[in-house]
Amino acid sequence: MSIDEELDCGRRRLLVATAAAGGVATVATVVPFVASMAPSERAKAAGAPVEVDIGKLGPGQMMVAEWRGKPVWIVHRTPEMIAGLRRIEDRVADPESRRDMQPKYAKNPHRSIKPEFLVVVGICTHLGCSPTEKLKPGAESGVEADWPGGFLCPCHGSTFDLAGRVYKNKPAPDNLEVPPHMYLSDSRIVIGSDKKAV
Amino acid sequence: MKATAMRTFRAVVCATALAPLGVLAAGAELHLDRAPDRSGDTAALQHGAKLFINYCLNCHGASFMRYNRLRDIGLTEEQIKGSLLFTADKTGEPMRTALRREEAKRWFGAAPPDLSIIARARASEFGSGADWLYTYLRGFYRDESRPTGWNNSVFANVGMPHVLWELQGGRSFQVEQVRARSGKGPTGYEKVVATYDEEGRRTEKVEPLAGADHGEGARTDFGPARGGKLDQAEYDAAVADLVGFLVFMGEPVAGWRKQLGIYVLIALGVLAVLSYALKREYWKDVH
Amino acid sequence: MAGAANYQKYKSDGSRLGDLTEWVDARFPLTSTWRAHLSEYYAPKNFNFWYYFGSLAFLVLVLQLVTGIFLTMHYKPDASLNSAGVPVAFAAVEYIMRDVPWGWLIRYLHSTGASAFFIAVYLHMFRALLYGSYRKPRELIWIFGVFIYLCLMAEAFAGYLLPWGQMSYWGAQVIINLFSAIPLIGPELTVWIRGDYVVGDATLNRMFSFHVVAIPLVLIGIVAVHVAALHEVGSNNPDGIEIKKKKDERGIPLDGIPFHPYYTVKDIFGVMVFLIFFSIIVFFAPELGGYFLEFNNFIPADPLVTPQHIAPVWYFTPFYSILRANTVNFFWVDAKLWGVIFMGLGVMAFFFLPWLDRSPVKSIRYRGPLYKGALAIFVVAFLILGYLGMLPPTPGRTIVAQVCTVLYFLFFLLMPIYSRLDRCTPEPERVRWK
Repeated sequence: MSIDEELDCGRRRLLVATAAAGGVATVATVVPFVASMAPSERAKAAGAPVEVDIGKLGPGQMMVAEWRGKPVWIVHRTPEMIAGLRRIEDRVADPESRRDMQPKYAKNPHRSIKPEFLVVVGICTHLGCSPTEKLKPGAESGVEADWPGGFLCPCHGSTFDLAGRVYKNKPAPDNLEVPPHMYLSDSRIVIGSDKKAV
Repeated sequence: MKATAMRTFRAVVCATALAPLGVLAAGAELHLDRAPDRSGDTAALQHGAKLFINYCLNCHGASFMRYNRLRDIGLTEEQIKGSLLFTADKTGEPMRTALRREEAKRWFGAAPPDLSIIARARASEFGSGADWLYTYLRGFYRDESRPTGWNNSVFANVGMPHVLWELQGGRSFQVEQVRARSGKGPTGYEKVVATYDEEGRRTEKVEPLAGADHGEGARTDFGPARGGKLDQAEYDAAVADLVGFLVFMGEPVAGWRKQLGIYVLIALGVLAVLSYALKREYWKDVH
Repeated sequence: MAGAANYQKYKSDGSRLGDLTEWVDARFPLTSTWRAHLSEYYAPKNFNFWYYFGSLAFLVLVLQLVTGIFLTMHYKPDASLNSAGVPVAFAAVEYIMRDVPWGWLIRYLHSTGASAFFIAVYLHMFRALLYGSYRKPRELIWIFGVFIYLCLMAEAFAGYLLPWGQMSYWGAQVIINLFSAIPLIGPELTVWIRGDYVVGDATLNRMFSFHVVAIPLVLIGIVAVHVAALHEVGSNNPDGIEIKKKKDERGIPLDGIPFHPYYTVKDIFGVMVFLIFFSIIVFFAPELGGYFLEFNNFIPADPLVTPQHIAPVWYFTPFYSILRANTVNFFWVDAKLWGVIFMGLGVMAFFFLPWLDRSPVKSIRYRGPLYKGALAIFVVAFLILGYLGMLPPTPGRTIVAQVCTVLYFLFFLLMPIYSRLDRCTPEPERVRWK
């Protein structure tokens, strides 16, 4: 009995060792194939940070920059617009930006580094359409009579305020994403990077 | 008995297969100097990169090589941005040439080739691509009959002028050729010595050779360089650095490839031993 | 082998896995397939070194399929020039080599795999010549095998165009122009094959389609029937005798052992050794001195400049040599057409092997000096032709190639005679260990 058992034990040990080593090797082989589907150097270069000149953007105006193929809105908010953000806090879903849709430095009531400049990715957090700007308040924008100004997504009707915060009871679950960005000077910003090294 | 027959059979196969190879391999020779190996020498490769960007990138592109790949030879993003980024705005962009293709065609007759993988393309049975480039970049001589005023000892009638001239200076060049006599008269061999002086003026001397049995062939020789910023040894070292960079650029991943290969072989070695032990274990049943 | 239908359906032992297996087995031939093709497929116990190459060829097939799928994600079959003046297809390969994460590894695995495939297949075929594996009752296995070889050549040819380098371009130019030797329709046929008056974007796109879709589909299909035919009649062995003639009371061949686990563990060991050699090339010499990746193919395709010397990749060179060896016009047919005909016959000859061989024994172990000599001469002629095919032709080399071409064909043509006249020794009753 013991000889057979010893034989089998030895065989089992070897089998387990080989299978384990083979398993590790197989996983290691799969890694390059899975990794090859990540963005290439070309995609990364195309998605590199972009510099934008905001010196000519007057109060109440908006411009669109392109970063990683997505529209990035830069809105120069007037003092009235900034003040208006406080008044609609009860109408938006996440007024204090609790959910992680912005870098730390934009987690404030105006969701930006400088209160007057809003920088957000213009892609609806519902299913990825790009909302249209409805900056003008009131009926003029054609949204609703007491519209305080913001953005309307044409696909499924989600609305966002002038800080990119989503209104309550809309399809979109989250506020618009604030991309990493920083100021090189008062009139130049970099979108896509917030490290001073660049 | 069977084993002996099998062994004889194998020996016959091997011997007859290999015998003619030596006889058949002879062909035209191209003598190339051996390029010093610069792989892994980051200081030399950085110097080579600088030379490449300053001297080559004016006319040639390296459209597969991104500037930020220079990090692989020890340069930082700031260094690349600060002193090397001439033909692009971002370090993620490829090394484009400063020259427009249409202009290049007009000036040189053909657009200068992309140099990204030139070190791989120039390899041949005579030597590595590095050897060819190393010999080529040290093989320019003045030839007033050429449109650019330059010719080359390994690339006859090349369209490219000697862009490193200010570093190397000018030299005379001599080709000594033994060839069969042509034309009327008695057959035999003659020696032709063509000399290009430092201004590129050609003089030729022909002398008949006595006897009927001379191997045909050519020998080239350069005079000492004069008027360059570098002496001969410094120039050779600079070209070696430049060629080293071209080799790096041909396959930037080569260093990592070899390193990874060692790990892979170690892992496969372990697996081979394990699987051999497993095979023996199971085959105990059969034997 | 008994048909899969004869096996008992799996009965659960009450465990969860057992229940699941029973559920599946009642609806799908799971355990019966496993038993028919692995755990109760009885292979001769005396397989030697030469019997590794079938499973290795299969491994390389899988490797080529997987790496090919990932390369296709990044490659673009486009002959137009990009903004830097480089053809898009050529640039796509360098894009894979540099910009795609791990792309270099996947590409080198694929390019080295192409050569490894032919090495495995050539050695696999040589094994058949050694031990008479093509003889009755394995004629169909052999014929399917030759079809695999043909498919592989087509696959390699189409794939070699895709990097769109100088050798890709001019190699395709030369090979497609072979068809122009066909009388009457030749010139029109070549234009139709290219889809253009020269090798161009249309040619590149159709070769891409053949390489990634059409030929792999056919290849997988023939490999399946090759293995199905093998498992129907059972494997040959180095003694060339049928193990099924001697069975025990349960009907199991006395000299047979279950393929699984004995040959699975043995083949796994073979795979590891193979992968060591394969990795040495992939990681330390992916160009293999210009034999696996030709130096001239690092220059983008240029329709206006032919490289000094065009040679096909090594696995085609024996047949390329036969093509070039025909330099004489005879029987009102010019040398060019004869070259194409002989090259075609050179491959086709393998199909007839099962009927050309009249020896009473299969294995070289029991054959006489005539077959041993003929096979040795054939192998040497094949290797010399292969070597010559890589070199530019000279008058001397052409004569050597002509002699080797004649020897190559004589191996087949004279086989009915020398295989019958040979002084064979009697085959043993049971298989032997070396």
